Amino acid sequence: MAYFMPTPAENIPPAEVPEVELYHPHSWWTKYVFSQDAKVIAIQYSFTAIAIGLVALVLSWLMRLQLGFPESFSFIDANAYYQFITMHGMIMVIYLLTALFLGGFGNYLIPLMVGARDMVFPYVNMLSYWVYLLAVLVLVASFFVPGGPTGAGWTLYPPQAILSGTPGGGDAGIIFMLASLALFIIGFTMGGLNYVVTVLQARTRGMSLMRMPLTVWGIFTATILALLAFPALFVSAVMMAFDRLLGTSFFMPAIVEMGEQLKYGGGSPILFQHLFWFFGHPEVYIVALPGFGIVSDLISVHARRNIFGYRMMVWAIVIIGGLSFIVWAHHMYVSGMHPYFGFFFATSTLIIAIPTALKVYNWVLTLWRGNIRLTIPMLFAIAFIITFVNGGITGLFLGNAVVDVPLSDTMFVVAHFHMVMGVAPILVIFGAIYHWYPLMTGRMLDERLGKFHFWVTFLGAYSIFLPLHYLGFLGVPRRYFEMGETSFIPESAATLNQFVTVIALIVGFSQMVFLFNLAWSFFKGKVAERNPWQATTLEWQTPEMPPGHGNFGPTLPVVYRWAYAYGVPGAEQDFLPQNLPPDQTAADETAGHAPAVAAQPAE
Amino acid sequence: MTIISIVVILLAMGAGLYAIDRVPESRNWVLGGLAAIVGLGGLFLAAGSDGAIGYYGGLVLFAIGVLIVFYRMKLAFDEAEKPEHGLADARGSERTKNLVALALVLVGAGTVGFHFLSPWWWTPIASNWGYVDDTIIITFWITGVVFVAIIFFMAYCVYRYRYQEGRRAAYEPENKKMEWWLTGLTTVGVAGMLTPGLFVWDQFVTVPKEAVEFEVLGQQWQFTFRLPGKDGVLGTSDSRNIGPENPFGLNPGDPNGQDDVLVESDELHLPIDKPVKVLNRSIDVLHSFYVPEFRAKMDMVPGMVTYFWFTPTRTGTFDALCFELCGVGHYAMRARVVVEEESAYQAWLKEQPTFAQSTAQAAKDIGGEFIPVLSQAQADSAERPFTP
Repeated sequence: MAYFMPTPAENIPPAEVPEVELYHPHSWWTKYVFSQDAKVIAIQYSFTAIAIGLVALVLSWLMRLQLGFPESFSFIDANAYYQFITMHGMIMVIYLLTALFLGGFGNYLIPLMVGARDMVFPYVNMLSYWVYLLAVLVLVASFFVPGGPTGAGWTLYPPQAILSGTPGGGDAGIIFMLASLALFIIGFTMGGLNYVVTVLQARTRGMSLMRMPLTVWGIFTATILALLAFPALFVSAVMMAFDRLLGTSFFMPAIVEMGEQLKYGGGSPILFQHLFWFFGHPEVYIVALPGFGIVSDLISVHARRNIFGYRMMVWAIVIIGGLSFIVWAHHMYVSGMHPYFGFFFATSTLIIAIPTALKVYNWVLTLWRGNIRLTIPMLFAIAFIITFVNGGITGLFLGNAVVDVPLSDTMFVVAHFHMVMGVAPILVIFGAIYHWYPLMTGRMLDERLGKFHFWVTFLGAYSIFLPLHYLGFLGVPRRYFEMGETSFIPESAATLNQFVTVIALIVGFSQMVFLFNLAWSFFKGKVAERNPWQATTLEWQTPEMPPGHGNFGPTLPVVYRWAYAYGVPGAEQDFLPQNLPPDQTAADETAGHAPAVAAQPAE
Repeated sequence: MTIISIVVILLAMGAGLYAIDRVPESRNWVLGGLAAIVGLGGLFLAAGSDGAIGYYGGLVLFAIGVLIVFYRMKLAFDEAEKPEHGLADARGSERTKNLVALALVLVGAGTVGFHFLSPWWWTPIASNWGYVDDTIIITFWITGVVFVAIIFFMAYCVYRYRYQEGRRAAYEPENKKMEWWLTGLTTVGVAGMLTPGLFVWDQFVTVPKEAVEFEVLGQQWQFTFRLPGKDGVLGTSDSRNIGPENPFGLNPGDPNGQDDVLVESDELHLPIDKPVKVLNRSIDVLHSFYVPEFRAKMDMVPGMVTYFWFTPTRTGTFDALCFELCGVGHYAMRARVVVEEESAYQAWLKEQPTFAQSTAQAAKDIGGEFIPVLSQAQADSAERPFTP
């Protein structure tokens, strides 16, 4: 039976395990602070991530000010600049994007979307957040230690990361960074195991794997990647801390620093790069896959159309996840590793473009012949597709070993990864917040503020990063405090940098509009209707909105069909919730079986 | 290029007129769109101009255009959403559809226009790696076509399939035939980029036999250079040997190293049209010696020797920059490469001291005899250039 066909009520299998009693909070503290409810933990994760993300935003302004107007700001010296770029990158990739997608959206949406009362290990879930918070606090503390935070670049390449020529390298900065990363990974592992086990174990009756919304597929696969990839970062953080504190030489060869022979010898800096990118490349997909999943659902709901090629979408997520573990060394074509690796990694990297391109096609084909509501989540979803395609195709440049040689470590790389794993996932996050805010708070976000926020963010971010690619072609290196005099960079590049800085400030300030909207709508926003977007998925079918403790009231929902029954011919409304029994609808759900007939435009 | 700009402008104008036609109150959108076109024109003007007036004038025009676009957008939103702003409207208004389709077209056309008119592009190549540039051009065409197709198709969908009360989307869970076709076409496109890429990579990693070796030594925060002497062989080195009198860390006992030419300045000379194999060595952290005009680089990694090769094909003086973050002085780590005719090169080469000469000089300077301290075991374990 095809995955999009409904199951008659009598064929739904009984529950395999009885329900487990939930922990019920009995005080304000256990309800709102040390809560074991995934929804509260999700909001705690989100607030913490957004708060630390604001720090990263301010850091990005500071570095843009320096790039646009060098020698104008006495408080930005080379040390500070390198600290800004390092902390900006680390915060955005790990502490904001990873934490928000998995800890935030994962916690909120997984139990609700698969029809569970909570995560399967609520206590461990709570610990996960508190360890994450500790990691963030250690990270913030590194700003206040003597010498300041590390300025080694977010990649933390040794030997420079732990030598005194780098800010924080000879002081405590790098140690705090490594400690914070290790804590983050410990916290994440507790949460991540929860997400995986909940998806595998706690789905409600009828919710087969091939009926899960793509959001859950994305977060689920990303979590598996993270559980497999983060240990590589964990060991490299521990080994680097040993090198720095105990004088081991895992990553340290014989070194003469500023004329002085150091006591290191025999280690390999490239070993660190392999470990780092064995984590670092899957990390790209840890951020991207939840975005892929969420954007699929946003497009489907707001285009009122079933997601195009659901089965292909699921397999694409899984294949991308698998392939992401064998492409890591495309970050290292010019690292000095054996050059023959280039053949393998260029091939595997370009192969990963095929399932990724398919996902893009299917998003666009979902719009095609849809009934598109241009709500704010939809606008962000469309903007995501543009920025993701733009950033994805520049990945085909950098993944092709020989093209990477002149482009590596230039502004082209900066533009590429900001477009593909900075701007694109953040646009998804915005879309997702506009989409699920009514569920979380019972109120709608203000639409006018939302549109202002959308247009400034999308057009602004696009015009920041598009031209930077071309500076990369010119040969402008990344991570330069000042460009200074060169024979090949024209004056116009400096003007472009000023333009980019101005736009970056504007885009940055428009985020304040968004934050204001979040706060204002919480108190004054329009009260949301039930299921305001008319979605099929279970999180909108809860008896209360926002959903209460235990999510679904006395009885868990039963799932009869896939998550994308939009526009089914014959149905009263243009959507069929997953938990609506098939005998209560006149819909002809076999329609999808005859694509030859359905291919006629339905107008 | 003129043709492309005209097409861009016509497309935008057409979309604008359409918007006016459908929604007369869309004054703000159309004015915003026109401002965008003027701004774009300003960018083109700046890109194409030789003088300062055209250049800065164009940029000012562009900045003003951007500001007006933002301003008009804000006005239009205020106006459009004032009355009947209810929950039903949260599903998107008629105006928004035209605007979004227009914006998508503008973003797509603007990206293509920017690509062709951007004043920022490759530095003129000065090495044999024209194939690298060719691979990039191929990649640009393949990916560019896909990008434009996707963005314009989305604009079409947003416009054509905008929300209408009571209409149903086509219910079509999958269309295997179409998905396999798209997979096949994508695979062909990917192969079209990968195949030339792998062929050129093979050339990049295969050093021609006649290539002459020289060494770039990186340290915080300068580059120095070492060329083989008359024997054509670089002596072995070990960073444990480094001291004030032996900054390159050559093994004093290695006869091959005695005639090595040491260039302790930031200027390297190379003869034109002779392939060279660059051996990269670092004594402290990662560095990378890169001349953008040569299109070739490889990180310097302490503890090992890495390499790449190229043939300089154009005389002149080129800037070399450090291209791997190496600490707080990274941005100031520079050098120069002078590519010149063989005779001029030989004249320069003669002026540079050899290792033996500089050791003798150092010994004289410190008033004593220089005694090599290297044991045989150390010499054996010394770093040697590797060849795959």
